[in-house]
Amino acid sequence: MDLQTLGQLLNTTLVFSTALIFAALGGIFSERSGVVNIGLEGLMMFGAFAAAVGGYYAQDAGMGAWAPWVGMLCAMVVGVLGSLIHAVASITFKADQTISGTVINFLAAGSTLYMVKLLFEGAGESPLIDGFRKIKIPGLSDIPVIGEGIFNSYPTTYLVIVLVIVIYFILFKTPFGLRLRAVGEHPSAADTLGVNVKRMRYIGVMLSGLLAGLGGATITLTTTGTFAHNTISGQGFIAIAAMIFGKWNPVGAFGAAVFFGFSQAIRNYVQLFEWSQNIPQEFIFMIPYVLTIIVLVSAVGRSSAPKALGEPYDPGKR
Amino acid sequence: MHRLKKIFATDTYVVPIVAVIMGFLVGAVVMLIGGYDPIAAYSALFKRVFGSPYDFGEAIREMTPLMFTGLAVAFAFRSGMFNIGADGQVLIGMTAASIVGIKLAGTPTYLLVPLAVIAAGLAGGLWAGFAGFLKAKRGINEVITTIMLNWIALYLSNYIIKNFLLLQGQNRSVDNPASMSMTFLNSLFDNARVHWGTVLALVAAVFFYVYLWKTKQGYEMRAVGFNPHAAEYAGMNVGRNVIKAMFISGVFAGLAGAGEVLGVFHYQSIFAASPGYGFDGIAVALLGLTHPFGVILAAILYGMLTYGSAGMSFGADVPPELIRIVIGSIIFFIAAQGIVRWVLKPFYFKRKKEKVS
Repeated sequence: MDLQTLGQLLNTTLVFSTALIFAALGGIFSERSGVVNIGLEGLMMFGAFAAAVGGYYAQDAGMGAWAPWVGMLCAMVVGVLGSLIHAVASITFKADQTISGTVINFLAAGSTLYMVKLLFEGAGESPLIDGFRKIKIPGLSDIPVIGEGIFNSYPTTYLVIVLVIVIYFILFKTPFGLRLRAVGEHPSAADTLGVNVKRMRYIGVMLSGLLAGLGGATITLTTTGTFAHNTISGQGFIAIAAMIFGKWNPVGAFGAAVFFGFSQAIRNYVQLFEWSQNIPQEFIFMIPYVLTIIVLVSAVGRSSAPKALGEPYDPGKR
Repeated sequence: MHRLKKIFATDTYVVPIVAVIMGFLVGAVVMLIGGYDPIAAYSALFKRVFGSPYDFGEAIREMTPLMFTGLAVAFAFRSGMFNIGADGQVLIGMTAASIVGIKLAGTPTYLLVPLAVIAAGLAGGLWAGFAGFLKAKRGINEVITTIMLNWIALYLSNYIIKNFLLLQGQNRSVDNPASMSMTFLNSLFDNARVHWGTVLALVAAVFFYVYLWKTKQGYEMRAVGFNPHAAEYAGMNVGRNVIKAMFISGVFAGLAGAGEVLGVFHYQSIFAASPGYGFDGIAVALLGLTHPFGVILAAILYGMLTYGSAGMSFGADVPPELIRIVIGSIIFFIAAQGIVRWVLKPFYFKRKKEKVS
């Protein structure tokens, strides 16, 4: 395995991780505000669908290189709209958050495919679009390994890395972040101090829709080029795992998502190693999931979820 | 008579029924927007389910694994846990049933079938129990472990089938001689694949009810689910209850796997991706308000809708995905009962007020 392959492996890892990081960041916003979001899978589906359809019509209209960005914009809007279902049910009507998250998954799986069939005359998937192209950063992309690995990526990857840092600052260094976390830890105390609990939670859930939508969009615009029933197959649940693994911290979730992305990427490269020839591929596929459990058992231990996670806020309750 | 009135007056019964009706209405509106005829579509759906003895039997076949996985998710819920891993537990149950059925071929049927079924239940139980163990001993969130275990189960099952039970040149195991099929019903259901798993699922629901509400152990389990701190303070062993609850939940899921392999297919396929039984189980458990008898009713509804949805696409040209919108809306209205109450207010709460005065 030479340096060039190592660079390519790093590059593929980032391609797979990007969608997971977006969705995990979304999950952090929602859960830090105290709302469980099991609906990330569905929100990614909404985003992937909107990006494929929006991107297709933009490309059709001759927007060229701007078309994928239109897709991203559509994904954000549809993601937010989808998350509003969750917000209305769980925050306003105090429904069980797990249940309304599951509802998102169902509605997304049903409505996106229904609309694809409506829009494209019964076809099972949306038409293939060009999507994003990789951008080389001049100078930096000449560094061995890292140049090929990091500085020759899709725009979405650069965007998500910036977002991780920005969201870390928002959550831990701004009054808004403090309020959001307070609402998730101890809503009645936050309420006493004049924080509007419901509004903060609405913002948290809508941001999760926006980010998970971008995560779904990333998959259609960089990997598949179309939207079909299996475009998002379990990625949202992996993102939830990354969020918990990363202890509801943007940087931690970033690390966990890169780990899961690496495990998807390694499949394409594993045949290049001498020692791996004799290991059945099923066991190689299993490694990341087994490792996650081992890491959780040995190092991370008790995960520290936001205290009020899963509880609808009821001002009359003590 | 008074008692009967009381049963129908409780909103536990009224809200789900209204939610189902509202879910169908949402589906109808979505069809109208798409330019389809909702009445033709729904009648095609029901015609598909009740149209012929074969289809009716196949619809029952569709409901059976949903009953099991619904019970699995609901049981964990009642004990305060979220088992997203029913999918993996079904797969492990299937694999155990395949191993025992195929490797012990030649054993008399009256021994082989129970052995394979027990193996499936035990394997599913241990698989889920492991997640319970990690939660009890190390405090690891069961959501993340069960998601990880789903993937591990998928690859482990495929490895076992591929290397030990493969039918040469095919993407599946050799035929499994242990059969749970109810062959004596073949003439009644026109050779639909009905099997003993359905009966077993009903028994499991009764067990669920009796165990949780009529025994001391079940009382402890519900107490742990309701408030683990209070349960611990009262001297209950929270960790042991967590492991036990996950084990029983996994047994239900494992039995679903036995039914699919021994009753329906009589072999096990190599799956490219998760077959999804567990995720449907979450929906069924929630539709059934996590009560065992509710879960059975929910599985019947869910199975009917999914099986019938194929008829919708043949009969009225409506994409079968529509049914997921209907199911999602039903769960939404059940979860957000506030909306249903608001719709019912003019008819329903007036009556209650009269009673008070």
